[in-house]
This record gives sequence, C-alpha cells and structure tokens, in this order.
Amino acid sequence: MIDEELVQLLTPEGERVAHPHYASGLSDEQILSMYRDMVIVRRLCNEATSLQRQGQLALWAPLQGQEGAQIGAGRAMAPMDFSFPTYREHGVAWCRGVPPENLLRLFRAVSNGGWDPQKYRHHVPTIVLGNQVLNAVGYAMGIQRDGAEEAVLAFFGDGASSQGDVLESFVWASSFNTPVVFFCQNNQFGISTPSSIQSKVPLFRRARGFGFPGVRVDGNDLLACYEVTRTALDLARSGGGPTLIEAYTYRMGAHTTSDDPTRYRVDAEVEVWKLRDPVERIKALLVRECRTKPAVFAAVDAEAEAFSLKLRDDVLAMGRPDPRSMFDHAYAQAHPLIDEGRREMAELGIGGVAH
Amino acid sequence: MAVVTMTMAKALNEGLRRAMEKDPKVVLMGEDIGKLGGVFRITDGLQKDFGQDRVIDTPLGESAIVGTAVGLAMRGYRTVCEIQFDGFVFPAFDQIVSQVAKLHKRSDGVYTMGLVIRLPFQGGIGAIEHHSESPEAYFAHTPGLRVVSCSTPNDAYWMIQQATHHDDPIIFCEPKSRYWEKGEVDLDSPPHDLFDAVVRHPGTDVTVVGYGSSVKTMLRAAEAAAAEGTSLEVIDLCGVAPIDFDTLERSLNKTGRLVVVQEAPRTASVGSEIVAELTERCFYSLRAPGLRVTGYHVPYPPARIEEDYRPTVDRVLDAVDRVMGFES
Repeated sequence: MIDEELVQLLTPEGERVAHPHYASGLSDEQILSMYRDMVIVRRLCNEATSLQRQGQLALWAPLQGQEGAQIGAGRAMAPMDFSFPTYREHGVAWCRGVPPENLLRLFRAVSNGGWDPQKYRHHVPTIVLGNQVLNAVGYAMGIQRDGAEEAVLAFFGDGASSQGDVLESFVWASSFNTPVVFFCQNNQFGISTPSSIQSKVPLFRRARGFGFPGVRVDGNDLLACYEVTRTALDLARSGGGPTLIEAYTYRMGAHTTSDDPTRYRVDAEVEVWKLRDPVERIKALLVRECRTKPAVFAAVDAEAEAFSLKLRDDVLAMGRPDPRSMFDHAYAQAHPLIDEGRREMAELGIGGVAH
Repeated sequence: MAVVTMTMAKALNEGLRRAMEKDPKVVLMGEDIGKLGGVFRITDGLQKDFGQDRVIDTPLGESAIVGTAVGLAMRGYRTVCEIQFDGFVFPAFDQIVSQVAKLHKRSDGVYTMGLVIRLPFQGGIGAIEHHSESPEAYFAHTPGLRVVSCSTPNDAYWMIQQATHHDDPIIFCEPKSRYWEKGEVDLDSPPHDLFDAVVRHPGTDVTVVGYGSSVKTMLRAAEAAAAEGTSLEVIDLCGVAPIDFDTLERSLNKTGRLVVVQEAPRTASVGSEIVAELTERCFYSLRAPGLRVTGYHVPYPPARIEEDYRPTVDRVLDAVDRVMGFES
C-alpha cells in the first residue's frame, strides 16, 4: 500500500511522518475531539447494524474503516461550505451537525431524505451512484454566480468513479473552474467488484487528464485527510478550481447489511487492513505524543455508549409516517393528480399515524 | 395593445428575454446556445445581452446540463436547459427522473426544482434519426415532472415565461416543424394559464384533441370536415401533464365522440391516458369509443417516409368517419 505518491502524515503505528507539501497544524485538543468523532460514528454504525439485525432498520450501509477519511474531510470544511454525500457518509453528516437519529430515518424507511439539507449545508443522501456529483458542480456554479467565498465537497466511491455523471462532472468543473473538491473514498470495493475493475490507473491520476490536480491520501490517516481536504477547499474557495482527492482506504464491513463479503474477499486481506485502523492510529498518537490519560479514553467510550443507547431509543420511537404524507411536497405548486390521490385515500379511510 | 407578428422561434426568443429581464436568477444552459444562438436560433443574441454567466455554452453532455441545473436550483437559480434535439434527452433521463423529479420531495420541500428542460420535439423536418422523436410520455408518466407543449407563437411567447417562473420542473416540448411559422403575439397579456387546454376551433360533432404539431393538422381536418358537414371541436392540450381534463370533459359531454392525435407511438401514451380518463368521466355521454391517431409502434422511420408515419389530415378524417359512423 505504501506508495511515494500517497500523502501520509501518520504511520499505521501512529508515528508522525514529514511530507513536502502537507503538515498537520492540528492542536492536541482538536485531535482528541476528532478521535471522539470517530469513536462515536463507529459506535453509531455498530448500533445501526444491530438495529437492522433486530428488524428495526430496513438496511444499513456501514462505514467502519472509513472514519479517518470522513471525519478528516468533514472537519476540514468551513461552516458555509456545502457537502454532497452518498448514502455512506455518516461521519461527514455527524461533522455537519445532522442529528444522528435523522441519519437513520432513511434506513428506518420512514423518509427518503431525513434532514433539512440547507440547515446543515449537507445534502440528503443520493442513492443513484454519481448523480450527486453533477448536482455538486451545479451548486458550485451557483456559488460562482453569487460571488460567494464557499466551496463544495462532493463525495463518491471507487465504484461510482466509472459513472458517466462523475466523469462529466470532471469536465464541467475543469472547464468552468468551479469551486468543488471531489472526494473519492476508494474503499476497494463496489459491493463485490474490486477497484481494479473500475480503473486501470490509480484513480487520483485521472484528474491530470481533465486538467486539475489529483491527490492520493492515506484514507486511514485522519491528519492527512484533514490537511489535504482543507488545502483543496481553500484552493477552491479562492478561485483555484477543482481538486480530486482519492482517499485510499478499506471498507472493513459489508457493503450493506444485505451483503456477504465472505463470498468475494479473504480474511487475510481484512486482517492486514485491521492493522491500519484509523481510530487505533489516532489513539496511538494521543497516547504517545499527547499523553492522553486512560481516563480520557474511558470517558469517550462511555459517552459513545450513552450516545448509542439514546440513538436506539430515538430510532425505536420513530413510528410509521401518516400515509397521507406521501402527497406532501411531491410538487411545489397545486397539482390535480395530487388532489385526486388525497381524495381517493380519504375515501378509503386511510390516514393518521400508527406505530 | 401591442400585437406583433413573429415566428414561434422568435416568440420563444422574446419570451426567454423577458423572463431573464424579470428575474436575474434565470440562466440558460445548453450546447451551442451562446454565440451560435442554438441550432434553431431560439437563444439568438441572448448571450450578447445577458453575458456568459447567464447564457452558458456548455461542454457536450446532456446529463451534466440537467445535473448541474439541479445544483443551481438548490442555490436559487432557475435554469432553462436546452436539449438540442428530442432524441438526445436520454443521457439526461437519469438526472431528470432520479433528481429533478424527486428532490423537492426528498428534501421535504426545502428545495424547489423550478427548472425548464426545452425539447425541440416531433418530426416533419426531414431530419436524420434521433431528430424527430416524441418522448413526452416518458416524462408525463413520472411523478414530480410536468410537461407542456406550445402550438402557436403567442402560446410559445407566454408559456415559456410561465414555465420559467413556475416552481416545478417542466419539460417544455417545442414542435420544431412549426418554429418558422408566423403568428400574432400579444405582448401585453397571457392567453391562458400554463396547463389550460384551449379550444382552437369550436364544434359539435367530434372532440379532436392534440398538442404541438398536431394542432395545425387537426385544424386542417376541421376545415375539411366542415366542408362535408361534420363539425369538429379542436382542442389544443397545452398542458400534457397534468392534462386539463375538465375542458376535455365539457367538450366530450357535448359531442359524445373523441379522437386523439399525436405523433408519438400509441401504446402507454398521452393519447392512451386521455381515452382512458375520458371514458371514465364521460362514459354515459359517449356515442363511440375514443380513437387514437398516432405514430406506429416502430422506431421513427427515415425521413423520406415520415409523412406516412405522422398523423395526416386524411388519417384524422378517417378516424372522424369511424366515430361518426359507429352508431349507424
């Protein structure tokens, strides 16, 4: 995995390494705070998986292994920046302030969105792979027209990197020099398909052909992901145009709770990546360099535990929506077929909230 | 009252100009729409007057034209996208049905997708393949979208403005074979609401319904039928989705006979929906089954034989004869 072109500021053992272009300026407090973020979103994922196994969620898409990439990228955003997630960016949503229970509404099958994207400046999930990347570029074109100092962070994976929408996004962003940063988490798999099927060249190198910089960062290195993303967003905000970041990481869990990764990968590979765990890496740094006390880690673990219990309660309290709500916001202006649907449902006596 | 005679192409151009003057958030995007003014010159001169930030010559990619318009809509812009020809809309189909149609819902009403996708549609200009299609049923079938079609310069001038200022996404179907036909445009007041069906020729024997290029065909058929003593009521749908069924119902309750005319193939089409809905609404008024005069269930043919595919005055009159003869 170690590659000269891979930006890394922290080894898997948690030792700092120098890089010619990037250096971590994070304080001990910031690092501890982001460690806490990673522990909590990992706990969130474990809880969500349990809830799915207990029949309380329809599906869950776990992020285990990608906490460093997501918290690094999410924390690098400025408040007015805007992010466009896939359905796996739970860590980024956490950084943007999306209430965790809202994050689970989609997976509890009570909503197709889940939160107010404008309030958190974090779009609702896009499930059709790659669509959101074009939407992100369009949003960035709006920023340009408004003359605003904001940037857009567009997420996608190695699988979606083959989609026409993503490649068209590269063309548009390059031609119009839009303030967008493409953040590709290469977690090695599109469900079962290895990333080598998606691309014969390292993904970050594609950027060169489109006329903007591409950077490969160790996606399990929180410090590197933070610095690389912050630098790219600064460049975008100041008119420097797009950057493609390939966060090289590994999906430790299944694609979703419906997937069985034992059919397409071997345990030995998973074991190798366990040694590169993004959370343990930061913990090692905190112990060695920041002298963080065991009591502090214990407090974070206790907080995560309490968090998951509350999350569970909040999810279980989410009842079946009123069926009549399906007609809300289907259109912005009055529509006769919506009126007709509402009438038909009323005649059938359907309505009200049931659990 | 200012009434000016102009072509439909010019009327669309003037309508877009007026929409852009009224709302600075209106932007136009498409291939070759700036310097060239579009392959049909609908946007002629607009980039010169409104600048490259508002009249955007895009790289070549329909999915991106629509996909970026979604992001612009999230930012409060109203984009009028030009798809160069009907048959080139399909690369954008995913963005249209997955994002444009659904994002208002998915965001719980936070975002409105007030954007227009202009499609020069239907045939009749002797073009090569993919330049003469009628894809409106795909969009009419999709919840979240609206579809309209203009048939006169006056309607074109007003409907493009109404569509641009509307808060829902609208597929705006322009009958390209009528672009260069002239008509009077009333610059002072719109003739009707965007989705209102319009009675173009009052009559008493048969209700004949269509949109876009078919309207002129139906009016010619009405003239020919009148010479033989049959009175056709010609209705221009304008709103293809939703359809103004109240206007159609009033007419059919009067005539009892229905003929629908469209260039699109028949199966699962706008015409199918009209016949089905009106059969439910007007069952006891019907004197004959509703008939559809349409394109055949084949890929759009080479242009040398397209007039044998498109509904003609003769085919409309044949259907009129069949519904008139049903009782006897």
